[in-house]
Amino acid sequence: MTADQQLLADSAREFLAAESSPTTVRRISEDEHAFSPELFRKIVEQGWTGLLVPEQYGGLGLEMLDAAVLLTELGRSLTPAPILSSAVLATSLLCSAGSAAQRKQWLPKLASGEVIATVAWLEEGDRLDPGGILLKPRRARGGLRLSGSKLFVMDAEIAHLFVVAVRTGTGAGEAGVSLLLVPRDTPGITVTALPSIDVTRRVYEVKFDDVTVPPTALLGGEGKGWKHLARLLDVACVAIAAESQGGAERALHMAVEYAKVREQFGRVIGSFQAVKHIAAECFSEIEPSRSLVWYAAWAQHGSPRDASRAASMAKARLSDVYSRTTDRSVQIHGGIGFTWEHDIHFWFKRARCNEAAFGDPAFHRERVAQLSGW
Amino acid sequence: MDLTHSEEDEAFRRALKAWLRKHMPKRSTYVDGGDDFSYDDPRRVAAARAWQRTLYKAGYVAIGWPKEFGGQGASIVRQTILNEELILNRAPSLIGAMGLQMVGPTLIRHGTPEQQKEHLPKILTADEIWCQGYSEPGSGSDLASLKTRAVIDGDVFVVNGQKVWTSAAHLADWMFCLVRTDVDAPKHKGISYVLIDMKTPGIEVRPLKQMTGESGFNEVFFNDVRVPRTNLVGKLNEGWQVANSTLHFERNMLASTTRTQQLMNDLVALAQRRTRNGAKATRDPVIRQRMADVLIRTEAMKYHALKQLSDEIHGRPPGIGASINKLVTTELNHDICAVALEVLGNYGQLRRNAPHVEDKGAWPKDHMFTLGLIIGGGTSQIQKNIISERGLGLPKGA
Repeated sequence: MTADQQLLADSAREFLAAESSPTTVRRISEDEHAFSPELFRKIVEQGWTGLLVPEQYGGLGLEMLDAAVLLTELGRSLTPAPILSSAVLATSLLCSAGSAAQRKQWLPKLASGEVIATVAWLEEGDRLDPGGILLKPRRARGGLRLSGSKLFVMDAEIAHLFVVAVRTGTGAGEAGVSLLLVPRDTPGITVTALPSIDVTRRVYEVKFDDVTVPPTALLGGEGKGWKHLARLLDVACVAIAAESQGGAERALHMAVEYAKVREQFGRVIGSFQAVKHIAAECFSEIEPSRSLVWYAAWAQHGSPRDASRAASMAKARLSDVYSRTTDRSVQIHGGIGFTWEHDIHFWFKRARCNEAAFGDPAFHRERVAQLSGW
Repeated sequence: MDLTHSEEDEAFRRALKAWLRKHMPKRSTYVDGGDDFSYDDPRRVAAARAWQRTLYKAGYVAIGWPKEFGGQGASIVRQTILNEELILNRAPSLIGAMGLQMVGPTLIRHGTPEQQKEHLPKILTADEIWCQGYSEPGSGSDLASLKTRAVIDGDVFVVNGQKVWTSAAHLADWMFCLVRTDVDAPKHKGISYVLIDMKTPGIEVRPLKQMTGESGFNEVFFNDVRVPRTNLVGKLNEGWQVANSTLHFERNMLASTTRTQQLMNDLVALAQRRTRNGAKATRDPVIRQRMADVLIRTEAMKYHALKQLSDEIHGRPPGIGASINKLVTTELNHDICAVALEVLGNYGQLRRNAPHVEDKGAWPKDHMFTLGLIIGGGTSQIQKNIISERGLGLPKGA
């Protein structure tokens, strides 16, 4: 980490400790859309919505390593805000695939927080390969007409803009995949909540019923969407791995602090080896995994040839580590950890959702095997 | 984690590679995977001493030691390059490793000028091979409970007792040894660190056969062994602190991430040439999953080692890194060997000289040897105690 990144980490942690305490997270998660305009405004003031937006469009023009530093802190605090969905994923797609006009139209508004965007990729098949994209627009007067649905769309209810993966060509391969920019207020769109175990991050079904978009809605050119989605997968892996790193650190910290005060058999439970060893095992997994996340984040710009493999490694490992750490952190808390009243379950649930999002560990281990040439 | 090597460092690496190509001994003169201490054939001992001497003369041994003690005061980056190249080029391991990595640094830090002058030059050239007299039959994980007694009699300590699991004692010229010099003090405060010439009358070394079938470690018995008082390192009864100052060297020695990378490379090569269920082993989805898992953990330790290196360069405290490295790396090495055995199926039981054997039987042997390293140098359980107490601030148990 550079001094600037250390500064970003420190200031983010300080800000989130004050503005996004577990009590605040719990309160916001009780909102229908788990969204606090007030907190979001403060986050915009921090500049985080413009982190990846180039300076010419009013952003900070930083790189994935900086985003990973920030997401580690957001994962630690479990802050409900559309940073991953909008400021990282949708913004990355607009930066990489957008035409000059599209970038000019949307990036300044994304940076200023005026627009929240999200990516609508998955369908019923829950597949990350090109064959999973079946939503096929018809050619119609005025452009393309869309009917069908997308699943697991993060923050869709609060988003103003969807980046929708569709199939404009024939077959099931990469060649026919396109991206469309679809404003939320286009007639024919309905957004339905998919109640999830993770109340701090909402996912939705987005239904399109004869939704018509002009040809200018194509992002990155017709039939040229896959390479941007493939790249987005790497960005998402690094982002979620970074979040998971912070979350795992926080969950273990909570468990260790609890073990220092909870007494049984006349002594604190943290003095028992059965408890200490669980904590030490978690710590011994979490510490080296941080280097894996940083390397993967750095590789996105610093070593493009290794970027996908590094991203999959980080995603696979952090998914395992975060889930295992939160399992064990609940275990160390005992009965209180099983209650809604205690906060630890929020991290447990985020770990499960992160594990599945953008490819589970087995998916990414297989991808590592392929990219290693085995 | 900025570790871009300077042009000078890269030149050092190139020169080292070229030197190794020219001077590496033939493989037949040492045993593959020879990171154990068995050296069952005296010719191997002679060859191993000669190799260390050659390497030292070329300027590739203990380069991190200060110049006045025969080192070069080399940077940590350069020490890492040296370690990486030696392992990745499969150079024979150094027979004097215990001297170079444990007693040498201890003498540099705590030794008298006479001790430094007598031993350090010979440690560098492998004219002295050292063994470590720590564990005893009743003192394994609870090392500080050790009972080998040293009683002062004029100018000498008279040593009585027994050490066990003493690697290389059967070859060693000297032992650095923990002895009890005060039976009334609390257990950590009555221990002294002494240097014992293994030719002293009253020492008996009995090799122990390990589960690998080799005899790399020993029992050592002391019967009225007279050790000059000038062989005390540090102050009387302060041996525990002296020993602790180099324990992290041992943990890092056992936790070489480069060794893990080499094992991982060997596993990939094995899986690419073996078949399993009638197809290439690398086509088996379960094997692919398990290989990717150990690869990811290996890569994590590689970058983690770089981060620790960077921390050291920037003067940040190393913390409990050595314990985490020891715990994680020894278990990872064992897991890599287990995946290899899964690839090998029935061939995984075959020993060195068996017909149809793969990799000269290294995999079943290393699978056992790596289990030994999970136990030695402070067991995984002891490391977890250290990590939870010093790293996480949990209280000591009863």
